[in-house]
Amino acid sequence: MKLNKQVMSETAEHILLPEGSIEKQTTTLNLGPTHPATHGVFQNIVELDGERIVKATSTVGYIHRAFEKLAERRPLFQITPITDRLNYCSSPLNNMGWHLTCEKLLGVKTPKRVDYLRVIIMELSRISDHLICNSIVGVDSGAYTGFLYVMQYRELIYEIYEEVCGSRLTTNIGRIGGFERNFTNAAFEKLEKFLKEYPGVLKEFENLFTRNRIFMDRTIGCGPIAAERALNYGFTGPNLRAAGVDYDVRVHSPYSSYEDFDFVIPVGKTGDSYDRFLVRNEEMWQSLSIIKQAWEKIQSFKGAEAEVFHADTPAYYLPEKKDVYTKMEALIYHFKIIMGETDIPAGEVYHSIEAANGELGFYLISDGGRTPYRLHFRRPCFIYYQAYPEMIKGGMLSDAIITMSSLNLIAGELDA
Amino acid sequence: MATNFEKVVSLARKNSIWPLPFATSCCGIEFMATAASHYDLARFGAERMSFSPRQCDLILVMGTISKKMGPVLRQVYLQMAEPRWVMAVGACASSGGIFDTYSVLQGIDQVIPVDVYVPGCPPRPEAILDGFMKIQELVNAEGLRRRHSDQYKSLLAGYGIQ
Amino acid sequence: MTNEAIQLKLTEKFGDQLTGWEEPYGMLTFTAPKELNLKVLQFLYDDEALKFQFLTDLQAVHYPDNKGAELAVVYHLHNLVDNCRIRFKVFTAIQEPDVYSATALYQSANFMERETYDFFGVNFIGHPNLIRILNVDEMDYFPLRKEFPLEDQTRIDKDDDMFGR
Repeated sequence: MKLNKQVMSETAEHILLPEGSIEKQTTTLNLGPTHPATHGVFQNIVELDGERIVKATSTVGYIHRAFEKLAERRPLFQITPITDRLNYCSSPLNNMGWHLTCEKLLGVKTPKRVDYLRVIIMELSRISDHLICNSIVGVDSGAYTGFLYVMQYRELIYEIYEEVCGSRLTTNIGRIGGFERNFTNAAFEKLEKFLKEYPGVLKEFENLFTRNRIFMDRTIGCGPIAAERALNYGFTGPNLRAAGVDYDVRVHSPYSSYEDFDFVIPVGKTGDSYDRFLVRNEEMWQSLSIIKQAWEKIQSFKGAEAEVFHADTPAYYLPEKKDVYTKMEALIYHFKIIMGETDIPAGEVYHSIEAANGELGFYLISDGGRTPYRLHFRRPCFIYYQAYPEMIKGGMLSDAIITMSSLNLIAGELDA
Repeated sequence: MATNFEKVVSLARKNSIWPLPFATSCCGIEFMATAASHYDLARFGAERMSFSPRQCDLILVMGTISKKMGPVLRQVYLQMAEPRWVMAVGACASSGGIFDTYSVLQGIDQVIPVDVYVPGCPPRPEAILDGFMKIQELVNAEGLRRRHSDQYKSLLAGYGIQ
Repeated sequence: MTNEAIQLKLTEKFGDQLTGWEEPYGMLTFTAPKELNLKVLQFLYDDEALKFQFLTDLQAVHYPDNKGAELAVVYHLHNLVDNCRIRFKVFTAIQEPDVYSATALYQSANFMERETYDFFGVNFIGHPNLIRILNVDEMDYFPLRKEFPLEDQTRIDKDDDMFGR
């Protein structure tokens, strides 16, 4: 890469320009880090021949927050708030993935009710993430109504999170071994309200977009990718499924009792923006069906089983306060967990879940101390963003914007 | 006469603030919720989100600003026309938040002067609206001459801005 | 495709150049010398039975106490058809951290190797554009190595005493 220092100011020395971009007859355009249509801070310097894109180079790292180094300082349960901020549109998914990784390392087995409650929370956050992505694809192609209409129901999902953990967006939901408190009746009522009202709303949203002539013309053929190229680029999640490969971590390596549920994986054909939109839309329907099944299964638990909300591991899950005040072992465990003095068994584990964007993996190496020795997040956005310059080549500038929003790039996950 | 004129100008200014959402991370999503129909920001006069700094009044910095992004934020601030206000939304923009690391700017007031700080991680939409209302109070109380005063000039000089 | 079958195939081809066979939490892990990393990746890609054609993850770990082998580059591979995962590590000394780049085989290795270079200083030979990706370009050290602190030492508003460092 040649850097042409004459044309750049001191503030912009790190920006890469494509080779020969100054001498050629093409226009160099900076689709800079602060741009209304880029969802988060990515920079692309594109070379345009008229309106067609000839070449693009990306610069990332504008929101690098050093999560991996930060995690080496914190005990396991303090890392959950960091995982929240990876894909912040669906924080509970990241939290659950992290808890599952810790449970794999620590050898904790969760009871069925906990698994089903986790499935409900995970599928709700998958719906909320796909909602944002699909409605923002609409906004970027000029249709603001869908976004406003559907955000109402995202508020309802936020209310369900609030009933369980107290916070809306960066949830820090759940604990190693289960949840911090049992789901209240209010939470279940809100869940039922959601299950009743949301299908009608999603149907209307579909009617606005799926067979809309303008939307189809904007998105069909926009940013396609072939299945082999997608696999070589490390694509996972809805973007890969839109290209035709049916790889879903929930089915391949089921976690949290996903094998008990009956659902379909939607798969597209050409991997263009329209296919990605349709795949995400269908995944929302499948998530709704999974939540219904999980809710029925939870209602079938009776008696003492219906009160279970965490695994029985006093070494890693805080004991109940009344035991802490009366029993000696509970007091000691409480002290050790809060002060961060529990030693983690040594070992290395890689666990991945199907996050909203693809396979979110956690590679945790512990050397027996109190904090991880090395924690690495396998972030799906970071890996498939490499294909972006190839996907927009030859297309027009406005298609590049639609491609970027349909890939669902979340800056927090990209840079970590 | 001059004071009545100031009152009219302040009234007009405070009810028609055009914000620039400089959204980098999670607080940006809470801003989207604030701008949506449930917590509507438009009823405060902020109907048109200007994405061009030349045309905006208020820059809402939402999210973590890393050291790589600092010069970009400064350039955007410099492009704004007077009178301009800055609101730091969220813990990361106010002071670096939970990210006390080598790559994160510990608060945007290291690079630009800030008027209102909204704490929270992320702040609830009600808190963002409260911060917005505080900006409106500041706009109301500000005279017509503040931007030419020596005190303001020395504040900007403290940040290295002419 | 059991772990024993994979281990058998690999030892048939490479013999005892591959060491450190273990199975933490069910994932087969082994170590290869750094000159062979591309050959092992290519073999795992091309072999009809093994077919590990998806690079899940590529990153490094710093072990300052392992003199002569401080940096470990770890590859996670996945066989999507038979649903099999494998992990292999390549150790390199910190004075000459040169490892062959996997970008010719896997396009996804591009950014991942740049990130590994940015954090640990591993020099990938044959990478088309090995420059910093996440940190500022002016940074002159490799932050995720164990000797460097987490916080920015030049910050003035936070006091180490008060913040319990």
